[in-house]
Amino acid sequence: METITSIRPLLAVLVSLLITPLLVVSGRKPNVREAWTFVAAVAKFLIVLSMLPAVLHGTEIVYTVVQFMPGAAIKFRVDALGMLFALVSSSLWIITSAYSIGYMRGLKEHGQTRYFCYFAICLSATIGAAFSANLLTLYLFYEILSLATYPLVTHHQDMEARSSGRKYLLYVVGASIGLVLPAMLICYDLAGTLEFSRHGILAGTAASRPMLFALLLMFVFGFAKAAIMPMHSWLPAAMVAPTPVSALLHAVAVVKVGVFSIVRILTGVFGIQLLSFFHFGTAVCYVAAFTILVGSFIALSQDGLKRRLAFSTISQLSYIVLGVALLSPKGMIGGMLHIAMHAFGKITLFFCAGAIFVATGRKNISEMVGIGRRMPVTMAAFFIASLSIIGVPPCGGFISKWYLALGALQAHQIGFLIVLLFSSFLNACYFIPITYTAFFCRPEEAMFENKVQEAPLFCVVPLVITAIISVILLFYPQPFFRLASMMVENITGM
Amino acid sequence: MSQDYPALLVIVPLLSAFIISAAGWVNKRLCFPLSVAALSVSAYSCIGLLLRVLNEGVVHYRLGGWPPPWGIAYYVDYLNGLVLCVVSVAALINLIATKKSIEQEFPEKTGPFYTLYVLFVTGMLGITVTGDAFNLYVLLEIGSITGYALLAMGDEDRAPLASLNYLYMGTIGACFYLLGVGYLYIVTGSLNMVDIAHILPGLYQSKAVTAAFIICMVGVWIKMAFFPLHAWLPNAYTFAPSAASSLIAPLMTKVMIYVMIRLILTVFTPAFAFTTLAVSHYIVWLACIAIVMGAILALAQHDLKKMLTYIIVAEVGYMVGGAWLGNRAGMTGAVLHIVNDALMTLCAFLVVCNIVYKVRGYAFADLKGLFAKMPFTMGAFVIGALSIIGVPPTCGFFSKWYLILGAIQAHHYDFMVALLFSSLINVVLFFRVFEIGFYEPFSDHEGHEHHSAVMAEAPLSMLIPLYIVTAGLILAGLYTGDIVNHIIRFVIPEGFI
Amino acid sequence: MGDLVQVVIAKYNYWIYITLMMIGLYAMIAKNNLIKKIVGMNIFQTAIILFYISIGMKKGGTLPIVEHGHGAHHHAVHAADYINPLPHVLMLTAIVVSVATLGVALALGVKVYNRYNTLEEDEILAQIRKK
Repeated sequence: METITSIRPLLAVLVSLLITPLLVVSGRKPNVREAWTFVAAVAKFLIVLSMLPAVLHGTEIVYTVVQFMPGAAIKFRVDALGMLFALVSSSLWIITSAYSIGYMRGLKEHGQTRYFCYFAICLSATIGAAFSANLLTLYLFYEILSLATYPLVTHHQDMEARSSGRKYLLYVVGASIGLVLPAMLICYDLAGTLEFSRHGILAGTAASRPMLFALLLMFVFGFAKAAIMPMHSWLPAAMVAPTPVSALLHAVAVVKVGVFSIVRILTGVFGIQLLSFFHFGTAVCYVAAFTILVGSFIALSQDGLKRRLAFSTISQLSYIVLGVALLSPKGMIGGMLHIAMHAFGKITLFFCAGAIFVATGRKNISEMVGIGRRMPVTMAAFFIASLSIIGVPPCGGFISKWYLALGALQAHQIGFLIVLLFSSFLNACYFIPITYTAFFCRPEEAMFENKVQEAPLFCVVPLVITAIISVILLFYPQPFFRLASMMVENITGM
Repeated sequence: MSQDYPALLVIVPLLSAFIISAAGWVNKRLCFPLSVAALSVSAYSCIGLLLRVLNEGVVHYRLGGWPPPWGIAYYVDYLNGLVLCVVSVAALINLIATKKSIEQEFPEKTGPFYTLYVLFVTGMLGITVTGDAFNLYVLLEIGSITGYALLAMGDEDRAPLASLNYLYMGTIGACFYLLGVGYLYIVTGSLNMVDIAHILPGLYQSKAVTAAFIICMVGVWIKMAFFPLHAWLPNAYTFAPSAASSLIAPLMTKVMIYVMIRLILTVFTPAFAFTTLAVSHYIVWLACIAIVMGAILALAQHDLKKMLTYIIVAEVGYMVGGAWLGNRAGMTGAVLHIVNDALMTLCAFLVVCNIVYKVRGYAFADLKGLFAKMPFTMGAFVIGALSIIGVPPTCGFFSKWYLILGAIQAHHYDFMVALLFSSLINVVLFFRVFEIGFYEPFSDHEGHEHHSAVMAEAPLSMLIPLYIVTAGLILAGLYTGDIVNHIIRFVIPEGFI
Repeated sequence: MGDLVQVVIAKYNYWIYITLMMIGLYAMIAKNNLIKKIVGMNIFQTAIILFYISIGMKKGGTLPIVEHGHGAHHHAVHAADYINPLPHVLMLTAIVVSVATLGVALALGVKVYNRYNTLEEDEILAQIRKK
């Protein structure tokens, strides 16, 4: 594994951080301010993209910012998995910024400068987490992300926002300080280092089985952003945020950082050998499977569209964890690929929910009968995205689910295969009816007049783009597929 | 000149205090520049001294050229070099930041206030730089008495009584320390710290030495407000004038922690403190209780200043526990936390200073809508709060890192749990304040009818020093590796596991 | 029994200072009147001063004043003949500190009195609670 040193990872992180003062200064001129956001988003995406060829070639890019102790530093390492996540986040930021403009201006929201500033900081933290070379850096950016999303979640500053904010903090920050921090330090004490390694740093240590299992549980539940039950309640509560916030952060960046961290823990800290030796992988699979099923069941019962999407996310995130915890190469590819597929699909769904809210003010599914007549483009995109989440062609989600299923077979875990299939069926149960009632209903049940009146252009174009990308990904899943396979090859040596 | 830094940093403020007092009668406006000049000379000397220590090693300075044990020797090693810098720089920044606040709170008493301010700093610096046990008592009392007077200048109703109560307890503490030094003198015949350390090892079995140690410790604990000897601190600091509390709160308790560590490491040596005495286990338990009680009591408060004082009580618990864990990581954490906690407390109390300057109150009810009215101050407060909670990359995270690591290595999991509990409670404490500043007064549904509050921020002379301290919090965090490897590593003697 | 009595009598200075300390401490804690508390504090400090002085005593020693101070005859002083002057010197400083503390305490007491018109602590606390 060749490594080169370059400042580009740091630049990718800093670009949006540095833009923040400019955003504050241009607060009075919204167009200039939005322009700066785009500049930052495009710059970030280009910097990340510039590192892609090297990574695809097998090189890793490292950069040490500051070294505190042996084995604990703020250090970046761009490898295949990090690149996958960073590409997804940075590309989606550009699209979300466009969508934000339409949404915030459409609703005449207050505090827009603050919104865009904290959005930029959140993206910095996300890229920072993606490129983290060790657990300390990951923890650092994870915490910054938690705190930077707080003003976004509580944007409306009313009573509901306050109580949701409290729940958010309680779960996310409480778990990370109460569980991840001690686990991290115990790891450091055991292994003497926190750098993610190919074989897992805990592999050679003298820790006992119960201790290792306790550590594993502390990490899995400590990274509450991954919304593994029972650490999931914050996610539906956070739906009180403006929809673009829900879209990017809770469908793509924030929760993905959570599962990304867990994947890093499983592969880089514990290591595949250790996990399979102690059968810890299976234990994590059970936890994930529970979340998958229960999340889907609860989603069935939700009437609020965003809440249904939230529970769907909770369920889908555990697919990623399940995939990696299966410890079979195909399963891990499927899990990592699902990070990308789910991102594009889910963000489309949230964009649609927001567009519906901007255009009609409706939030509940029961109030959306016949909306397909009025907003056909939006609902078409919704349909395509839901196909991706369910995992059927012609959408990209099919590939990741296919690999997950193959992975379960490869690991000889038929039980989990059944869980996967059943859950896909449940996904269909709660997604298809939405589209069905939107388009096909009796004329008297329709709640809207027949004329087409979509949400503002800035809202509709992004969701169409992401829907189209979801379809394209089926036929051309690069570079995500290549990155996922490279990462798995790296870890398993096969 | 640079040879005399150790003496300069104490004598210049001491003499300036008299000049300031006289100048105060002539023209009140002279006091501030004179104080700044005096403290700047001190700060310069301290930094110069630390650089000398980094280059040459330990610095011995004899006052008046008299060799010990006749003369008073100043002894500067890595530990007090570091603490000296922190104390002098913090005092200087605080002086500049609180200028407007002092003018607002006592327009007629600026002369006496600055005099006492500079004398207090003299006391603190003297405690830190001296190598003589009795000299420490003298300077301790200089610092304490000026402290009592400074704290009593606040709120007419409650401050004098609170300060009087502090006076009683503080005097008992200092007297205990003096008593302990007396026992040491009986046994060793010397008052010089290094000298005592050479003579003591043969006498470890003597009951007098044990008594000396315990009495000294209790005295120092009273002075640093180690639970349950903390009762004086909340009232004394809360009702004090903002300029005084932002001076004394960051410094007094930390300097006393320094004294404790000096006693453990240099005078009595770790061999005695940890091995012969064998109470370290119980002291760490006491520290756990201190941390937990500090956190719980802080939760019960309804005003910002008192909440911060209870957080100080918990932080003292961190440092005492860390020092007594008996391993390298724990002691590193304790020493690092002296620096970090001084910065964090300074940041928090400077914020309170700003708030009191504009809003004239520090109860929670006074904090409504502050994020809109004073965004810059609250921004700094957020970073200070993150540091107290322990979020990287602020410095508070790294001292917690070492403390928790030390706890794990010493198998003192109760201490680790207490630290984590305290962090979580701090999240609740500070976000409670943020919520009041951010949400209230409540607007209507969806927040669309949001009245934009007029920004009434504190003046620049108060904001810039605050931001210097805030930047310091982040820089101290990022440079933890340097601080630990170049300075703190040498504080702890070799072979200290 | 004889041993015990001997120990007590031999170390009488310690017992005296401890007793004084306890009296001072008792006054500070149990008394209600602020002035009595301050007096108690002073007794406490005095006890320690006495302790220091007492440890400088030597059997048969005289005051530490040397006749020919600056004269041409510098001869060695036989230390056992003179009681130890160092604790006396230290305690001069301690007395000064004690006086300064007393001054500040009394000033604070005056301030409290001017505000509350009483020096009894329970009355002061009652007034505070009423507000």
